[in-house]
Formats: sequence, structure tokens, C-alpha cells
Amino acid sequence: MTDATNIPREYDPTLGDYFALLKPRVMSLVVFTAFVGLFAAPTALHPVEAFAAVLFIAIGAGASGALNMWWDADIDAIMRRTASRPIPSGRVEPGEALAIGVGLSGLAVVMLGLSANLLAAGLLAFTIVFYAVIYSMWLKRSTPQNIVIGGAAGAFPPMIGWVCATGEVTVEAWLMFALIFMWTPPHFWALALFMRSDYDDAGVPMLTVTHGRKTTRAHILVYTILLAGLAVAAAATSIGGPIYLTIAVILNVLFLKGAVDIWRRDEAQAEADSYKVERSFFKLSLLYLFLHFGAILFEALLKPWGLGGWAWL
Amino acid sequence: MALNQEHELHQRRRGRNIGVGLLLVSFIVLVFALTFVKVAQGDFELPRTETGVTE
Repeated sequence: MTDATNIPREYDPTLGDYFALLKPRVMSLVVFTAFVGLFAAPTALHPVEAFAAVLFIAIGAGASGALNMWWDADIDAIMRRTASRPIPSGRVEPGEALAIGVGLSGLAVVMLGLSANLLAAGLLAFTIVFYAVIYSMWLKRSTPQNIVIGGAAGAFPPMIGWVCATGEVTVEAWLMFALIFMWTPPHFWALALFMRSDYDDAGVPMLTVTHGRKTTRAHILVYTILLAGLAVAAAATSIGGPIYLTIAVILNVLFLKGAVDIWRRDEAQAEADSYKVERSFFKLSLLYLFLHFGAILFEALLKPWGLGGWAWL
Repeated sequence: MALNQEHELHQRRRGRNIGVGLLLVSFIVLVFALTFVKVAQGDFELPRTETGVTE
């Protein structure tokens, strides 16, 4: 007979160590955007079903985070930013992370199928496979467009939230997806410009290194122009309204101005003021996403009172 | 040596075990609440177990 407690282990992982495998900060963004997608939908779910749906979308996202940490443990150990993660720091065994990732993925997909619908569950399963296999295992280490591809995984939660309520993928779901998908590259590349990163030591191709900083600045501008068009266009759909339009116009003008300023600068100018423009663009990008989804939520909150959207005008 | 001797290791693991227990209880409560809501929504039908039986 074996007794697990007889095997001495230098460190016993706490529940918090296992929780850290789920990337709680990413999960909080997933909870927010999935909730907005679900709440903005024209059909309402029972509060218990809605709670369960958002919870299992978040658990699914967390599970893909655990699978990513299992696969990337070798490069996480090299980079300073990630060296204190549960696996490279030795607090959690790689096998445990894999088991938690696979187990929670299965649980989340099955439970989302039972509490919402099969299309939502299918999309969640696709998101997990996309992030853990296509992004982490394949493209992250082979192309400098890794940020763009990884952004797609982060863009699915509001779409899944919408599908939980409506059972179909409509133009609004695609627009919410596009909002995060197009926002991710400028957000991360701005960070890559001013953060001295050790991705290079880890062998992860980043655009700033493979194609240079000048190209990265141009990429930020192109994505920001495309993003601005999509973000303002969303105002014309059922998730938009006058409040959303006002916020979107203001934010996109500011964001475009920031992207143009970044594009016009060279490294000498940026180093002279220690990347002031890039830093403020990055800060604005955080507010940008939060306020766009906040505005969609606000329009939806006003609808029971006959306000919100364009119908009351 | 008694079989149930308290080891320092058991102390350390107590917090984790209580946490896992609470998570499992929460999951059971959620599944129960979901079942209740689904059944109470009206469009739920019990599967027929016998054919040809009319009410």
C-alpha cells in the first residue's frame, strides 16, 4: 500500500500556487469581457445560468493558462518577468500543471455546454486548443506575429458570452471579438518598445527584435487605424448607442494621435525622454479597452428603462 | 507507533484540504442550483421511459 504523505517533498504547494497557474489577472479580463458579451445580448439568461456561464468561461481560460505554463516552463525560467511563476520557481510540478489544465478544460467545456449551449461550449473548446496548441506550442516560438495570433485567444470570451445568451454568432459578437483582436498588437508592441525584454534570450521572436523598432512603430499605427474604424462602426449595431459612440470617438481620436506620435518618433527621440509617448500610449490602451466594454455594458444597463441603444432617440 | 500519528506535514496540508473541500461543496451547490433553474424553466420534459402508455 502506498501513502502519498510518506513521500517527502521540500515544498508543499498551497491552493494559491495552483490558482496562480490559472493566470488570475488574465482571468479577470476574461470575466469582465465575457460578462459584457453576455449582458449586452438581446436575450437574457437566468442569473444562475449567467453566473455559471461566466464562471466556466473563466475556468476554461484559466485552464488554457495552466497548459501554457506547463508548455512554456523552459522559457519562463529564463525570463525575469516569468521566473517566479509556479513551475519555474519549483512550487508546482509540471505534471500537476498539465493535469490541472486538462482536467479543468474538460470540466469547463462540459459544464458550459450544460449551463448554456453546445455552440458556446464548442467555441470555448476551440479557444483552449487555439491558445494552448496553436499559439503556445506552435506559433509563439516560430513567428514574430505571435502577439497577433495570441490576441485571437483573448478575443473570444465576449463572443462566447454573447453565444451563451443568443445561441448564435452575429455581427455584434464578431465586432466585440475584433475590438480585442485588433487592440492586442498595439497594446503589446507599445510595451515591447519601452520594456527591455529578455524574450531574445528565451528564443521567442518578437517583432521589435526580428524586424526592428521602426517596423514595430509602423505596425502599431496600421493596427490602430484598423481598430479605430471597427470600434466606431460597432456604435451602429445593437450593442452601440449615443454613449458608446461618444466614448468611442474620443478614445479613438486620442489613440490614433498616440499611434501617429509613436510612428513619427525614432529611437533617439524616444530614449531622450525615456519612452514617454510609448508609456502614455500603453496606459491609454488599458483605459481604451476597459471604457469601450464599459460603454457597451452601460448601454445594455439602460435598456430596461427604455434608454440605451438608438431606439429611444 | 500509532497509525494516525499527527505529522507536521498534515498540519501544512490542512489548509489546502479545507480549500479543496470548500471548492467541491460550492460546485455541488452550483450544479444543484443549475438543475433547479433548468427544470423550473418550463420547457423541460422528462424522457418517456415506456412507450404506448397514455395518461
